Amino acid sequence: MTVGIVMLVHTALERAEQVARHWDKAGCPVVIHVDKKVPRETYDRFVAALADRPDILFSKRYRCEWGTWGLVAATQSACARILDGFPMVRHVYLTSGACLPLRPVQELQDYLAARPQTDFIESATTADVPWTVGGLDEERFIYRFPFAWRRHRFLFDKYTQLQRFLRLKRNVPANLVPHMGSQWWCLTRRTLTAILQDPARKTHDRYFRRVWIPDESYFQTLARLYSNNIESRSLTLSKFDFQGKPHIFYDDHLQLLHRSDCFVARKIWPRANRLYEKFLTQPAGVSGRQEPNPGKIDRVFAKAVQRRVRGRAGLYMQSRYPRNDSKNRVTAAPYSVFQGFSELFENFEPWLAEATGARVHGHLFAPDRAHFANGQTTINGALSDSAVLRDYNPDAFLTNLIWNTRGERQCFQFGPGDNQAINWRIAKDPNAQISVISGAWAVPLYRCKAEFLDLRQRAARLQKIESEHLSVLRSSEVKARVRIWSMADFVEAPMEPLQAILEDIGSETSRRLSEVPRMVDLSGFGQFLQNLKNEGMHPYLMGDFPVEPEEEPAKQAKSPRPYLVR
Amino acid sequence: MSQELGIWARYKLRLRRKRLLWRAFRKRREILAISRKTDAIKPKDVLLFATVRNEMQRLPYFLSHYRRLGVGHFLIVDNASEDGSDAYLADQPDVSVWHTSASYKASRFGMDWLTCLMWRYGPDHWTLTVDADEVLIYPDWERRDLHDLTKALDRAGLSAMGALMLDLYPKGPIEDQSYTPGHDPVETLSWFDAHGYWAQRQPKMSNLWLQGGPRARVFFADDPGRAPTLNKVPLVRWHRSFVYVNSTHNALPARLNRVYDEGGLEKPWGALLHTKFLPDAGARARSEKARGEHFADPTLFENYYDGVAANPDLWCPSSVRFESAAQLEHLGLMHRGNLRFDL
Repeated sequence: MTVGIVMLVHTALERAEQVARHWDKAGCPVVIHVDKKVPRETYDRFVAALADRPDILFSKRYRCEWGTWGLVAATQSACARILDGFPMVRHVYLTSGACLPLRPVQELQDYLAARPQTDFIESATTADVPWTVGGLDEERFIYRFPFAWRRHRFLFDKYTQLQRFLRLKRNVPANLVPHMGSQWWCLTRRTLTAILQDPARKTHDRYFRRVWIPDESYFQTLARLYSNNIESRSLTLSKFDFQGKPHIFYDDHLQLLHRSDCFVARKIWPRANRLYEKFLTQPAGVSGRQEPNPGKIDRVFAKAVQRRVRGRAGLYMQSRYPRNDSKNRVTAAPYSVFQGFSELFENFEPWLAEATGARVHGHLFAPDRAHFANGQTTINGALSDSAVLRDYNPDAFLTNLIWNTRGERQCFQFGPGDNQAINWRIAKDPNAQISVISGAWAVPLYRCKAEFLDLRQRAARLQKIESEHLSVLRSSEVKARVRIWSMADFVEAPMEPLQAILEDIGSETSRRLSEVPRMVDLSGFGQFLQNLKNEGMHPYLMGDFPVEPEEEPAKQAKSPRPYLVR
Repeated sequence: MSQELGIWARYKLRLRRKRLLWRAFRKRREILAISRKTDAIKPKDVLLFATVRNEMQRLPYFLSHYRRLGVGHFLIVDNASEDGSDAYLADQPDVSVWHTSASYKASRFGMDWLTCLMWRYGPDHWTLTVDADEVLIYPDWERRDLHDLTKALDRAGLSAMGALMLDLYPKGPIEDQSYTPGHDPVETLSWFDAHGYWAQRQPKMSNLWLQGGPRARVFFADDPGRAPTLNKVPLVRWHRSFVYVNSTHNALPARLNRVYDEGGLEKPWGALLHTKFLPDAGARARSEKARGEHFADPTLFENYYDGVAANPDLWCPSSVRFESAAQLEHLGLMHRGNLRFDL
């Protein structure tokens, strides 16, 4: 008892010959179908080249166009040929010219000999499979498809639309339940004979002749009628890209294919010399490997598809420019925005850098220049600190910065004095973590010794800008992680928010804060706010600061004020 | 089509395209064939279209580079050259030359003339529209010619490929260098900016607007909005209804400008090595300023002309020496997308 190989070949005939000889050498009879599109002379040469092998036969040639009946007709006649010609054949393995056996043929023979009644054919009902690409799943079975999609795309589309519009549906033959699956199967003689000699074969053939892509459904459906023991999987490893086209294996997939332990893989690039050399010349012995294990290869290719479809988040360039409303993330990595912290704490930036290991910038969107960490004038990716260039396209400045510094957490300060054009972009970015102490912009005003009237005007302007920014941050479209404290609340209990921020950034979460930043001396701040009020300006964003708790807190504030670990 | 545009906006684009075609048709008599060898064009040839003026410095290398890439025929409009470019081109076996002395500016910077020629000879060919100072390269160009590239583009279902104009420059003042016509300009202009380009979407024609590079760095530091446009769509599978709008920066119908991906993997991108800064750049800038045939409003760009004419040194410490296509690919300035050359 042995396994017979049916090969469907349309190109790269010299590779097909090589593989056919490989099967033949291991004692598997082979029947080859060559596409009718192959010119007569080429075909004759191919036949002549294999004439020395009595167990390699050729079947009647059909014209095989992707998605049409020809492929099934070819398979049928080749299968009939192999069943008639080689009574020793118990399993028939359907392969293509681009298939390559990865394990010694003996192992495949042993594997099938141990499962003499099993049909290996991927077969699932249309409702249950997600793998059809391009929309036609159950419609493949209820409309007619007389036009080839490759050559007559327009007619194909129009005729399908017309049938949809007129609701012309075909009847599926009564005993059939449409199933689909990979067209590379391995069936037992019993099942295959039953399919080919079915008294109703004419009806079946007539129905499937107008089904779309019948090679993925003909045997898959009929096997369900006759087989007692279907293993719904293909023994052939084949991967599909996002458009449903088969992935091609090259020389660099050698290790991956080797470790997959699959029996056969497709599609192999005809000029992948190393692959053919390695797998067709390996020793015939048995290596003791058991089940195919394509897990690793699945992961690699799933990743490739993911990369092709989703791309790399946060990358904007000449050849890839995601739209704002796409599912993609806006930026490449999480980052943190701090508003009001460097105003309220004297040494916030160095402290944060110390505590988290992140790169902590100053006000990146300041009017004079982008204040990069450590006073740098350019940063990764030759991003310049020029305010002109930054304001020319602030979105791009931010996305480039985050992209260029991937792998290192970025934090920066923001405030109502900065360019506000970026607000929506940040607010809608799921990667952004925004922490705001509202009203903290008043602290530098309070500490600077300027004309009070001037201060009052600046305070009014800053408060207006910040309150607009806060309404952005509170809108329902925000996707960023936003935390807002009023300054009064924050000053009351700064430890908890700081701890939470550090946990967000995610370094050394378990440790309690050992050192906290130094808060500026706020004695007299209440009075300063009262003065603003007296001038007719109403500062409200910072919450309530009592005017005259003078004595008590003032003293406290004088002792430099690191909060102690509690 | 561009989903974000309404029917009216799209209809206006259509009218604009028709108007540009009509305009080119009216100008068909401005160009006069002085050497027409177009009978030799074979159905699968890649055709190159260009307008030139006084380009004897660059033409020998230009022709040899594109011949190496497998261009089948060159169709060139000579705009009143005085240095013998026209005679030189007419002598070449695979070049057809048309002559005109009409205004470059009034013909949309040569585009009307080229639209005429492309309407006539371009359909169903892959066409390459470049200037004499633009050298197209793309991933693997050393091994894969334009036939391989266009075949791969066809297979990927793409009908155009974009390219970044990459300004090359020498180390030291530009006029102090030397260049022998016919040599690879990269020997003289060995440096480029690896970083400092930026892109933004222009929804109207759905193209990306790329800017940056050394010219933005040196001449437009205070006014980046005016910095030169660096995106081009030089390689298109031409159709009679197509038309370039603004040089080859963008084309109509707008789908031709979608040479970038909007979600997933990068699309194939090439680079046009821009050899503007060969030693004659200063002299050219002086004469162009006087002619006023470039830019819609040349007065706005006087500083730019003066800057180029003042023999500047564009080199800076972060400049990168040009090595190969693989280097540009590694820097992300070019991309192979999902092109598969080898099938």
